Amino acid sequence: MKNELKILGVVVVFTAILYWGVEPFAHTQMHKHVDGEHFAYSDLNESTKKGNVENGKTLVMGAGACTGCHGIQAVAHKAPMDAATAVSAYGVNPPDLSTAGGLYSEKFLVNLIENPAHALKVEHKFDVAKGKMHPMSAFYGAGGDKAQEIADMVAFLKSIAPKEISPKNAYMDACGRCHANRYGKLDQLGQTPTFKSETDTLKHKVAVLEYQDKLKAYMGKLPPDLSIIIRARSEHFLETFVENPQSQLEGTSMPRVGLSTQGFEKVKAYLTQTGDPSKTAREKIGPWVLLFTLVFTILAYLWKKSMWKDH
Amino acid sequence: MAHFEKASSITEWLDQRLALTTVKKVIALEYWIPKNINFLWAMGMVLAFTFALLVISGIFLLMYYQPSVDTAFDSVNYTLMSEVGFGWLWRHIHGVAASVVFLVIYIHMFTGIYYGSYKKGREIIWLSGMLLFIVFSAEAFSGYMLPWGQMSYWAGMVITNLFEGFSPDIAGGILNAPGLVEWIRGDYVPGQAFLSRFFMLHVLLLPLVIMALIALHFAALRIPHVNNQDGEEFDYHEAAKLYKEGNTKESKVIPFQPVFLSKDVFVLGVYLIFFFYLVFYHFNFAMDPVNFDPADGLKTPAHIYPEWYFLWSYEILRPFPKDPGLIAFGFAQMAFFLLPFLDKSDTVAPANRRGLFKYWFWIMIVDMIVLTVMGKLPPQGIWNHIGLVAAVVFIALFVALPWVTKNENRA
Repeated sequence: MKNELKILGVVVVFTAILYWGVEPFAHTQMHKHVDGEHFAYSDLNESTKKGNVENGKTLVMGAGACTGCHGIQAVAHKAPMDAATAVSAYGVNPPDLSTAGGLYSEKFLVNLIENPAHALKVEHKFDVAKGKMHPMSAFYGAGGDKAQEIADMVAFLKSIAPKEISPKNAYMDACGRCHANRYGKLDQLGQTPTFKSETDTLKHKVAVLEYQDKLKAYMGKLPPDLSIIIRARSEHFLETFVENPQSQLEGTSMPRVGLSTQGFEKVKAYLTQTGDPSKTAREKIGPWVLLFTLVFTILAYLWKKSMWKDH
Repeated sequence: MAHFEKASSITEWLDQRLALTTVKKVIALEYWIPKNINFLWAMGMVLAFTFALLVISGIFLLMYYQPSVDTAFDSVNYTLMSEVGFGWLWRHIHGVAASVVFLVIYIHMFTGIYYGSYKKGREIIWLSGMLLFIVFSAEAFSGYMLPWGQMSYWAGMVITNLFEGFSPDIAGGILNAPGLVEWIRGDYVPGQAFLSRFFMLHVLLLPLVIMALIALHFAALRIPHVNNQDGEEFDYHEAAKLYKEGNTKESKVIPFQPVFLSKDVFVLGVYLIFFFYLVFYHFNFAMDPVNFDPADGLKTPAHIYPEWYFLWSYEILRPFPKDPGLIAFGFAQMAFFLLPFLDKSDTVAPANRRGLFKYWFWIMIVDMIVLTVMGKLPPQGIWNHIGLVAAVVFIALFVALPWVTKNENRA
């Protein structure tokens, strides 16, 4: 018995060293380490103003303001253009702002309104000096205290955001205009509909492809489908990448998303639903299977003991 | 025609026709195993069981898997994982078993080396075991192609490239095989023809070969018998007689069933706790994240590496320039096969009681682990140097083995 344990010890130690070497250790050597900041966006300026919702509404909904490009379903304002037209006009489809106040960090929104290319960390792509303007124009003020006006607009967006945003909606609003998720049956135009006729199916497919072509031209390449990204990248990678794409992939055309911690958790929950759907079942069945093997082993041990008694 | 009496029971009826009682005696009740063994002797059973798990889970996966470059990835990652009841469980069992089976193979193999169970009549056991290792490797590689992810595609590309042979300017180009790589792939790059043939190999041809080799491996045990912890040679007839007379304590043997089996099943139980822990809670090591990106021939992954069980031989290839690397790689594949013939000692005993071989064994184990770890690390700076040294040490160990073991006979 003592001898067997000693042998087991040798086997376990060598296996553990091997495992450590090819898994945790190798991964630290293969991937660049990036420290996250839990969506604090410390490079952006903090707003000290307290926003006024009513004034914010006037600014957001006013002529030539946000709603000139963005839809806001929450207040029954339709987007001025459909997705296909918008993507042709701007290169990217401007998001509906209904959930923005609930998904994105307040600090990020303030900076985004003031200077989009800077907040989105795409200044390497959009440089005014080189004549390359970001499709979202910066807010130059409506005549009053600009900082106050921006705070008002953000306060308004926060006031209209639904209390509870589902993981799927969070994903669709934060990622879905560029990234398809075929396992979640989502394309860049939203939920992929099912049609009775093949003609309609193909028509929709063509619409998606045309949208994707525009997106490709705008982004440089088609942003990847995120169906199973939760298993293709580590959680740490996803978190730090979403927080600041440049930190993991310098020069990427993916903008900083600006999610708040809660917003990211929602998106992650959806990515887990589509990419790792067995997680709940695994966690439910796992303990029972292990209990079974444990009981099996105990019984086997008793059998072994009785068999070897006279040997 | 033989004369048959009317049977009084089904057992008797079958016995008359199939000699079941005799068969049972020969393969189980009176199949004698030495008593002086430890749990490492159960690894054969653990391997047989893991192989069975692979076959059964594989059959379930096969019902949904689609060997087409357009649908393979989603049939594995979506259909099986989301739409098929417990499809995820079969897949995780298959994936984890495919990785863990190699851990057990290595333990089984090193047990054989440590106790000297490859020589003096046991050569065929060793050689059939090494053949099993090679075919298992091919089985693992072909299976790795099937999800058609980035690592499937690029590992397929890199490994089939090896068949290009030596540079055309070596030996007048005689060792260069133009067109061989394309012939293996069925295309210039891995594509549909490639996937279909690896699918066939994985689910048909190679499993058949494995089953035949397992039969040979078991049969090869019959005459030389299983080795024991001290490499002791004794008279099995004598020992069996003693056992059958009831002197079970004095006898050096035990019957396969039920005494040896009871210990096997216990060890199997411990193994299964470990195995299912991995299946439910720790499966990422066996399912590389890179392979969850669909195959893309235009986008090379930052790091291409084989699964962990191929890393040591990959690292014997990698640190050298192309042609010497191929020679070293070929040597690494053959080295373990030659073990019974490189070991010039007649002693069958644990390595720790065998003079210089003791050091040889432990240096070999450590070197294999170093090679494995270096094989995964990016080939830069210090890692490259360590890898090169470890590869040279590996080759030197096997070249030196005849001299290491020669002197044992005099002692």
